Amino acid sequence: MENLSLNDPPPSSPQRQPNAVLPGVPSQGPPQLPPQMFTTAAQLLDLTDKKLLLVLRDGRKIFGILRSWDQFANLVLTETRERYFVSIPGSTSTDALSATASKDAPTLSANTSLSTSTLPRNMYCDIPRGTYLVRGENVLLLGEVDLDRDDDPPPGYELGDVEEVFRLHRAIELEKKRKDKIRARKIGQLWGGEIEGSGEVLF
Amino acid sequence: MLFFSFFKTLTQQTVTVELKNDISIRGTLKSVDQYLNIKLDDIVVLDELKYPHLSSVKNVFIRGSVVRYVHLPPDKVDRGLLEDACRREAMAQKGKAA
Repeated sequence: MENLSLNDPPPSSPQRQPNAVLPGVPSQGPPQLPPQMFTTAAQLLDLTDKKLLLVLRDGRKIFGILRSWDQFANLVLTETRERYFVSIPGSTSTDALSATASKDAPTLSANTSLSTSTLPRNMYCDIPRGTYLVRGENVLLLGEVDLDRDDDPPPGYELGDVEEVFRLHRAIELEKKRKDKIRARKIGQLWGGEIEGSGEVLF
Repeated sequence: MLFFSFFKTLTQQTVTVELKNDISIRGTLKSVDQYLNIKLDDIVVLDELKYPHLSSVKNVFIRGSVVRYVHLPPDKVDRGLLEDACRREAMAQKGKAA
């Protein structure tokens, strides 16, 4: 990799034009910043070896330390923990949910656990996952964790039992998948033929 | 490359980025690159309760491919200039093709 630092002068171009794309127009804002500031490398360089939150396109949230990356945002994270969030709505809506679930799919036993609680509850849990190598196209965003706020639980959420949160999360995912499948089938009937990629849940 | 340059002129402005999974994140535009990956500082998530995972995050790198919209401050966008530049680039492309 090139060893550029942000303080280096721009590459030896003959006296940079004020604005390459909008010629003849004085550029606004802070255009005097060196061009190597505006590369993927520069953006990710600041985040290297820091504790980050990685959100994937399938909705997974992974906390870990960024160790390596390239221009496509292919990433390596170490010491990762995957964080699961579940929201259990209050009694009225849970009944509605389990009622529809049992009407549509009587065998969906995973959902019965949702109706046992009556108060709305928001829980999260962390599960250690080791090292991740992520292909760039699956990356949604990377956030730098504020270490001062890292130990606080997310507002409105409490740390739940790993087993329980994991089970509820899975039940909710299954339910979502089932609904998506029904929707895809209906769309397929309307438009003729399945839409490409409609079987999997993206984002 | 037009929009890359355009976004470069908007650094340090407060923008709202709406992602394809419906999260909206507001923050200061720090940097942008050739893929229109975006770096935001001091972020606020609209509808935070629905997206609790970003509560302890101060700045984000968003991959350009997952951005749906970028909401810009209207007074910071010179539309005439942008239209002009667009025509210029279109002309250049035409010249290259011919």
